[in-house]
Amino acid sequence: MRQLIFAFCVGLLPLAANAVEPDEMLTNPVLEQRAREISKDLRCVVCQNQDIDSSNAGVARDLRLLVRERLVAGDTDTQVIEYIRARYGDYVLLKPPLEPATYALWFAPIAFILIGIFVGGGVLMSRRKPETLEDLSSEDENTVSEILRQNEARDAL
Amino acid sequence: MKRLISGLPLLAAVIFGGFFFWGLNPDRDPNEIPSVLISQPAPEFDLEPVAGLETPGLSRSDLVGKERPVVVNVFASWCVPCRAEHAVLTRFAERDGIRLFGINYKDKPEDAVRWLNDLGNPYERIGSDLSGRAGIEWGLSGVPETFIVDGDGIVLFRYVGPVVGPDAVERFTEALKQAGALPNGAGS
Repeated sequence: MRQLIFAFCVGLLPLAANAVEPDEMLTNPVLEQRAREISKDLRCVVCQNQDIDSSNAGVARDLRLLVRERLVAGDTDTQVIEYIRARYGDYVLLKPPLEPATYALWFAPIAFILIGIFVGGGVLMSRRKPETLEDLSSEDENTVSEILRQNEARDAL
Repeated sequence: MKRLISGLPLLAAVIFGGFFFWGLNPDRDPNEIPSVLISQPAPEFDLEPVAGLETPGLSRSDLVGKERPVVVNVFASWCVPCRAEHAVLTRFAERDGIRLFGINYKDKPEDAVRWLNDLGNPYERIGSDLSGRAGIEWGLSGVPETFIVDGDGIVLFRYVGPVVGPDAVERFTEALKQAGALPNGAGS
């Protein structure tokens, strides 16, 4: 059993491995922390849908170094992201900006939920309504009473 | 109201069907990254020549002010598709007379020299981008990539990946024609 646990732990080791290599890291822990946070919001352009913080691609490494270089030069987080965005476009942002071109992206989910509530609610409400009974027309009334009378007459026999 | 609701499934089917139909298009590349450089000025960069090569280095000022738009190709000796593309670019340079400039991306100079000696050197100028920093300025996602830059330094066209195969060559030729990068009468 102990061997099994040991094997399991060894198996988990690769998960702890990090794409950020020691030689990239800044000595200033505050700046390094900011660099890590920025890197998590930037998409790797080679292995798409991975952030550059966890990507082993060469370009991702270059971008990580660039982020740190800009931070050391005194840029704010926004300035660093703008710097990279100017070169690679909105595509490098893992969180797309809110602008007219992305309104559909941001608001479609909310719109769909609202439509769903509206339509679903509408359907359910209309089902719940009891069906209203209308009075028979006088013609129908006559027919029914005629039938009833005939039945009674038959029963009396 | 009931009619409106009963029409909704059809509407949803049409919208989703249209989306799937659009996704079926074999020419659509979901990995394609829209380039921000198109119609924008080419980035500032200044690169040393490749050590051991007589071809001079490359900077932004070498690209602008030419009588025709020029072609900038990012290549590396370690990049296998570049080898195939090299023949195509050489033909464009020698037969069609395009002005070809190279950025040697993250390549050991001695490897680049050997590669160019083996295959020939169609480049007018080659800048050695050892750090990959110029590559970032160009918004590079990998090698090879090829750009067409006009006389004012505006990037007209970007081709990601090797210009190899009839479709790619046709697209690139068309872009060269539209940009006016081909001397009169060539490329037809």
